[in-house]
Amino acid sequence: MKILVPIAKVPDTTSKIAFIDNNTKFNPDGVTFIMNPTDEWYALVRAIELKEKQGGEVVVIHVGLADSDPIIRKALALGADRAIRVDADPTDAYFVATQIAAQAKEGAFDLIITGKETIDYNSFELGGMIAELLDWPAVALVSKLEIENGVATLKREVEGGTETVEVKLPMLVGAEKDLAIARIPNMKGIMSAKSKPVAVVAATGDTKLTVIANYALPDKAKQIKYISPDNVGELVRLLHEEAKVI
Amino acid sequence: MAVLSFVEIADGKIKKASVEAAYYGSKVAEGLGTDSVAVVFGTADAATLAALGEVGVKKVLHANDARFNNFDSKLYTKLLAEAATASGATIVVASFNHNGKLLAPRLSVRLKAGYVPGAVELPVFTGNEAVVKKNVYSGKASAHYKVATDVKIISVNPNSLSPVKTAGATAAVEAFAPSVADSDFTTVVKSVDKITGTIPLTEAELVVSAGRGLKGPENWGMIEELAKEMGAATACSRPVSDVDWRPHHEHVGQTGLTIRPNLYIAVGISGAIQHLAGVNGSKVIVVINTDPEAPFFKAADYGIVGDAFQVVPQLIQEYKKFKAAH
Repeated sequence: MKILVPIAKVPDTTSKIAFIDNNTKFNPDGVTFIMNPTDEWYALVRAIELKEKQGGEVVVIHVGLADSDPIIRKALALGADRAIRVDADPTDAYFVATQIAAQAKEGAFDLIITGKETIDYNSFELGGMIAELLDWPAVALVSKLEIENGVATLKREVEGGTETVEVKLPMLVGAEKDLAIARIPNMKGIMSAKSKPVAVVAATGDTKLTVIANYALPDKAKQIKYISPDNVGELVRLLHEEAKVI
Repeated sequence: MAVLSFVEIADGKIKKASVEAAYYGSKVAEGLGTDSVAVVFGTADAATLAALGEVGVKKVLHANDARFNNFDSKLYTKLLAEAATASGATIVVASFNHNGKLLAPRLSVRLKAGYVPGAVELPVFTGNEAVVKKNVYSGKASAHYKVATDVKIISVNPNSLSPVKTAGATAAVEAFAPSVADSDFTTVVKSVDKITGTIPLTEAELVVSAGRGLKGPENWGMIEELAKEMGAATACSRPVSDVDWRPHHEHVGQTGLTIRPNLYIAVGISGAIQHLAGVNGSKVIVVINTDPEAPFFKAADYGIVGDAFQVVPQLIQEYKKFKAAH
């Protein structure tokens, strides 16, 4: 089985968020960039687990510039067999999806596993776009994935519960927490990652459907009213009379 | 020209998130001077659908076919694209909920329509260009997306706006018969495991939530009691669901659910930015924490610096008194 895992580069969750160029660009100064957590912890690790169990190949794909090398090497150190980097700035989800779909078509993959949303744009759009470009079925928010005889059995999150569904491969799966248990690269993995192949390919086409006009930071903190722990009744009164929520 | 909203039915009722999407669609239609149309796939009661008129929908296209009862992202994309064409929609609205998150980007590709995921405000139009606000960086910032494609798709962040209803208004329900082939069906539902007996978190007006400050799962009794007294849903922070003190479906925050209740009471939750991202749309936030430096106090409307094990039982008693008096 051939599995493709798209990985994104995002600012570390603890990063200070600031913008430059008249609030049109994220300020990368002093920011550490990491592999998008759900891409790494759930999508990539589940792909590696499936390969370990059933054989095949795990390929990671990334749309980004040369400075993404550390996260690609980390994916290889965790156990991906090879990587493809589309050498372009990932500015718009549709553009990124077309790049990944083009490589997916060439590689004759059986399965694509994406993470949940990226922690920068929180957009949750890449998986759906790739699936539609390939005309594949897709299931998102998947916390369990097993594959047998070309059929995937998946547990997906729905409002107030979960649903177990079956889908024939090829398909795209969007990962959710619990799909896999995060791993840490071991020394052997780190050493072998250095010699694993990373194909750098040029982007095809440049259709973009959206543009981010600008960013804004939220208004400053609200005014809090403190209530003494010895006077909890006052809280109930305020919630009723002032806030009018009870 | 029309604004088309994708509306979902669950247990015979319109999902709350879909009511919000339909309302958002109606407001956009009103701004553009065009009709608000909704589309529903699968079996549903005509009277239930007609009630979408209360949030400004003029017409409901209803593909009343039991084969469409289960969500199948590939099938639904085809159906929704056909409904968009049939209604002459220039804007398609869905909820940024479980299904909408997968359906809307697929539709974006199919219609080659610019897509804004998780909008928190109505779009602002300049000619054919729409600017839509959404949250980014886990709620630490917002971004304005510019879309200028002929057809535009917007998914609405759940609980971002409060629909204003016109009681008694009805929408015309029209049969919609999309063309499908057997090969369009890709997802077979084998079983459904719903959590019953509690108020669904995303639908709740009042939420009582607790975190690591409670020290162990055995101490949740008072949280549940308070929630029960208030008719509130219970929620929790991520660390607590990670160690299985509480089920994952209660986890609110960046990687869990986004909620926007009228009242969010946080007990023993420090208020990490990832947690705030899921709750900072709440109308009123109450924070109870022993640590006066807990970052959550910065996002709160009311705060009690105190021990949860003393404050919560008192709160239960005070609420009971309040309830008896009102």
